Amino acid sequence: MAIFLNESSRVIVQGMTGSEGSKHTRRMLASGTNIVGGVNARKAGTKVDYDGSVQPVFGSVADAMAETGANVSVLFVPPAFTKDAIIEAIDAGIGLAVVITEGVPVHDSAVAWAHAVATGNNTRIIGPNCPGIISPGKSNAGIIPANISGPGRVGLVSKSGTLTYQMMYELRDLGFSTAIGIGGDPVIGTTHIDALEGFQADDETEAIVMIGEIGGDAEERAAAYIADHVTKPVVGYVAGFTAPEGKTMGHAGAIVSGSAGTAQAKKEALEGVGVKVGKTPSETARLLRAALR
Amino acid sequence: MDLYEYQAKELFAAHGVPAQVGTVARTVEEAIEAAEELGTPVMVKSQVKVGGRGKAGGVKFASTLDAVRTHAGNILGLDIKGHVTRQLLIAQASDIAEEYYVSYLLDRANRTFLAMATHEGGMEIEQLAAERPGALARITVNALTGVDATKAAEIADAGKFPAEVRDQVIDILQHLWEVFVEEDATLVEVNPLVKTPEGKVLAVDGKVSLDDNADFRHPDHAALADIASENELEVKAKEKGLNYVKLDGQVGVIGNGAGLVMSTLDVVAYAGEAHGGVSPANFLDIGGGASAEVMADGLDIILSDPDVKSVFVNVFGGITSCDAVANGIVAALDILGDKENKPLVVRLDGNNVEEGRRILLEAAHPLVTLAETMDDGADKAAQLANAGV
Repeated sequence: MAIFLNESSRVIVQGMTGSEGSKHTRRMLASGTNIVGGVNARKAGTKVDYDGSVQPVFGSVADAMAETGANVSVLFVPPAFTKDAIIEAIDAGIGLAVVITEGVPVHDSAVAWAHAVATGNNTRIIGPNCPGIISPGKSNAGIIPANISGPGRVGLVSKSGTLTYQMMYELRDLGFSTAIGIGGDPVIGTTHIDALEGFQADDETEAIVMIGEIGGDAEERAAAYIADHVTKPVVGYVAGFTAPEGKTMGHAGAIVSGSAGTAQAKKEALEGVGVKVGKTPSETARLLRAALR
Repeated sequence: MDLYEYQAKELFAAHGVPAQVGTVARTVEEAIEAAEELGTPVMVKSQVKVGGRGKAGGVKFASTLDAVRTHAGNILGLDIKGHVTRQLLIAQASDIAEEYYVSYLLDRANRTFLAMATHEGGMEIEQLAAERPGALARITVNALTGVDATKAAEIADAGKFPAEVRDQVIDILQHLWEVFVEEDATLVEVNPLVKTPEGKVLAVDGKVSLDDNADFRHPDHAALADIASENELEVKAKEKGLNYVKLDGQVGVIGNGAGLVMSTLDVVAYAGEAHGGVSPANFLDIGGGASAEVMADGLDIILSDPDVKSVFVNVFGGITSCDAVANGIVAALDILGDKENKPLVVRLDGNNVEEGRRILLEAAHPLVTLAETMDDGADKAAQLANAGV
């Protein structure tokens, strides 16, 4: 079954004609994603050939949806235009918007989220500042390399892109139902809890890996959710034990403020509800294997 | 980016928030000059980007110019939690009848903004929140509708501000919201907001954090950065567009992706426990699409850090291919040439890893060791750092 993204996903790319958009549209097509078009108001009506796959360019998300039946949009739009692009996707009523863009001002993300809430939360937003989502063998919406791992029984949710890849690589023999990078910004759409809820309900997912990092309290809230709602085995990993207070570690949201947002607090919260937390990514993979036995 | 108090209050004033602004002084003489101009008594305040200045002796009342001389001399150079005072703010000492607190901040958990307010100011707000949480009003602010007169009144009333200052506080709350939104701040805090004996309300201290991601629409924010007080290597890295944070250990770390690099720091620290307690010397993320050039820039910065005794390069080739990374390492070592003598441990995995390893093995650089796994690489790098200390 997989979650949020599957073989019936019809994917458009906002910003398809830009350099990042082009590069990753080609990669997504190569990994079997059913891409049905792109959006760029200035190039509406043109077509782009990606190694033989000819993709139409539409003037708006609404036009693209009307013409193609698209239900997923992947956004490769520069930070200054990302807020408007998300709001356009929401207003068009698309089911899933995957926002890859890094460097979006947090006021813009907050406004886009408030708009989503005000209009009834009909669009699932993943990101911004995320690698996207892959349901191996079915569809790939974003920049996660499709050749790391095939389909299987593990569900993965992570704030970090490269740790997503690392964990998929460690567990490539087991394979993944869906792997989601939710992004490292302070304000994001889909959370650890949303993914946990999806994986708990998904028949294909037998065990879950949850990867967190310093900043905020999303992992602590996820721990409380696991205690009440998740019966499948969950193992965790938290990055940033050695991060100094008050310094942003690469991701805009990865910052320890005073005593809040530390890796230690997150680890303790997860262990407090029976989630085993690995000291390293490799140990986390071993814990997941043990949990499946 | 966090601002200094004087910068925060200048922003407040520019947006119509009444604030006690004062004059910045970098020497004792400048401090005395400023005090003469303002007229004593004045406050002599350390300008560092950390809380607890008063307790550390960084904020003093001076009733005479002699007192200004003494306090300015003592506070300049004062180290407050690792932040050395290089600037003072000389501000007119306001008579204070009452102290209040207001702030706007990002509420990550609810993906919205939050106003906090109380008529009981004057103490550390974390302490008030911990000891008497009921006294600190927390009002959610919708990012779409913001703070208008009605919302400001809601916040002022929730903070139980006295009737005689209510109108002033409502006005200040609206102007402060303007600071928060128009400057793309993630925090604006006034502590204390004071009432003078004449009944005027003004900001006496202020804290502002700006969102670096919004710099593209605030070219004026660049002038607020204090390059001189930043770490030299951090400044150099920023110029090259690299994400670098200096830490206090001995193992230089380079990786791709913020999460993987944070994880690498942790794994190095664990490994260091068995090797004389060595720990990571830095955070350096060369990004998802790491090219040879970026690798060379990164290595150059890390190897120029005298604290670094060994380097751990940890790359997972997702979009990047490992052969490009390997070529980058070889090219970087060629550029650095004979002056380089610190050992490098390299762990590559993922996209095109065989080719990447082959390139490094073929180059057979005497300083480079290949590691099979991340844990193994961290252990080797820690061991080499310990041997070099």
